[in-house]
Amino acid sequence: MHELSLAGAVIDTVERHAAGRRVTAVYLQVGYLRQVVPGSLEFYFEHVARGTLCDGARLEQELIPARLRCGCGREWELDGYDFRCAGCGAADATVVSGEEFLVESIDVEQQEPACTA
Amino acid sequence: MHRVKVRVVEDALDANNTIARANRADFDAHGVTVVNLMSSPGAGKTTLLEALLADGIDGVRVGVLEGDVQGSMDADRLASLHVPVTQLNTDPGFGGECHLDANMVRSALPELPLHDIDLLIVENVGNLVCPAEFHVGEDARVMVSSVTEGEDKPLKYPLMFRTCDLVLVNKLDLMPHLDVDLERFLHNLDVVHPDVERMLVSARTGEGVQAWRTWLSELVAARSGAAV
Repeated sequence: MHELSLAGAVIDTVERHAAGRRVTAVYLQVGYLRQVVPGSLEFYFEHVARGTLCDGARLEQELIPARLRCGCGREWELDGYDFRCAGCGAADATVVSGEEFLVESIDVEQQEPACTA
Repeated sequence: MHRVKVRVVEDALDANNTIARANRADFDAHGVTVVNLMSSPGAGKTTLLEALLADGIDGVRVGVLEGDVQGSMDADRLASLHVPVTQLNTDPGFGGECHLDANMVRSALPELPLHDIDLLIVENVGNLVCPAEFHVGEDARVMVSSVTEGEDKPLKYPLMFRTCDLVLVNKLDLMPHLDVDLERFLHNLDVVHPDVERMLVSARTGEGVQAWRTWLSELVAARSGAAV
């Protein structure tokens, strides 16, 4: 259900960078830990985009797996809920990736520069 | 007309986080510690606050920012405890936002008695998903999970359970009437957020409320100590 709010946040971010140009595609990195349902985000994106520069734009979501690193040197990709280090049992592993909710780039339409020849 | 790629590389929640930082700076300037209190609807946030505030916190002046989609029922309950309460509704119409964001809290700043309080408790809209995404400028996040919600909630809502600094396991007085396995709940909590601080409480009997009071008191002290 938070995908509605998140879709709004994506579009606000994109509009600031589009500088008035029509957006045809949005490339988003979504970390595993963000608990985002891709289909749901796409659905809301399409609706919230109406009447904005993102109207009709394609939303490309790259899912980033969660990786954790422990002080003992062990690094692993999260598979389910194994937040605790299986090597030493420590609870405070650092999240290396998987928390992204990043607009990586956008495709916009741009007028050809006027011909001066 | 041709198509160009624009590199952005910006967290889509940056706008919210920027406003949250501005809120935080205003709270800092007034020496106010802020706690974001979150839970599912009906977990007992308001009742716990009533239990907490009935006897107050020694040497700490508390204010409450009450977030609700509609109405001021909770604010009215708390106001009877002679605590400054500010109501924030997320939508003036029928059905609004399911969470508070930094901008909503910012809009309420002029209404808050920041000069007269040391601790502001922001009671978020009851919801286990969206509030976890939106920082409002808080120092700490406390979530309430009641035993009636079952053992599996940490596994179903890991984002919320991972984002909080303290989990209050509420409605402990109901345990004799439930088939809930508390040990399994605590195990699931530990799986999702290893070693997160937790307290077993009952807003109804008052069990555990003193421990929470002490935790809040120490948070305020740590923060004002850090500011000096």
